[in-house]
Amino acid sequence: MWKFIHQLASPPHFYRIAPAFIRWLAVPGLLLIAYGTYAGLFVAPMDYQQGDAFRIIYIHVPSAYLSMMAYMIMAVSAGIGLIWRIKLSHAVAAAAAPLGAWFTFLALATGSIWGKPMWGTWWEWGDPRLTSELIMLFLYFGYMALRGAIDDTAKADKASAVLALVGAVNVPIIHFSVEWWSSLHQGPTIIKEGGPAMDAAMLYPLLAMILGFTLVFGALLLRRVRAEVLYRERRTRWVKEMILAGGN
Amino acid sequence: MDALSMGGYGAYVWTCYALGAGVLVVCEWRARLRHRRVYREIEVRIKALGDNQ
Repeated sequence: MWKFIHQLASPPHFYRIAPAFIRWLAVPGLLLIAYGTYAGLFVAPMDYQQGDAFRIIYIHVPSAYLSMMAYMIMAVSAGIGLIWRIKLSHAVAAAAAPLGAWFTFLALATGSIWGKPMWGTWWEWGDPRLTSELIMLFLYFGYMALRGAIDDTAKADKASAVLALVGAVNVPIIHFSVEWWSSLHQGPTIIKEGGPAMDAAMLYPLLAMILGFTLVFGALLLRRVRAEVLYRERRTRWVKEMILAGGN
Repeated sequence: MDALSMGGYGAYVWTCYALGAGVLVVCEWRARLRHRRVYREIEVRIKALGDNQ
């Protein structure tokens, strides 16, 4: 196991094996999303309070979950890179940031669109869930801006790692905000005492969407890490040899 | 028609699904573009070094 992890952390080895992992993640991920979309839109019964508007949950929840998971991947990878100086860790952190920002944007946009017919407003500044999620989008922007502002990759890695670690405090705040403070946002639906508060016909498509989005996110992350590794290793012999040999 | 109107919430529901699909496509496209750009830059640099030697 340790040998496998050690090998995986080697940039040339990672670069070579990543495409296979991308396929293994993307294909089942897309199939699950296709099933979840169909079942969520056309099979799941409509909610007795929200009507068909509840079907937004099948996009909103996976994207909100991934917005937080991407941040944790970024912060943990940055921390590992900072402490153990593993090259690949900083590449993972750098690659996770733009993806996290996109999924945070998606969570905010779909939440806002869902909020309009349900709450009567696109946005509520006093709401802790909405505001903490928006802060996370700004943390992603700050992380990417900081990286972009420092030319030296090693210095950019260190500075941005500190920001990523400090900002990680926002993740539990987002998650527990609906329990700690009064919020327009509904409480936990899936992970709660007494089991999920959803009918199985509504729950299974949601679980499929969450798993599907996660697998596709994994594939996207690997694709981005691969590009990041190539950039960071651009002056090494293995990259030169690979390109001269016409490899990709 | 019922599926399209989504009980009067069609504009909200379909916009969210379109955004979801859009984000996945954009993320994939940008990841591929970034890789292609980096690869091309290295290829050009290697070629330039080869020409100078």
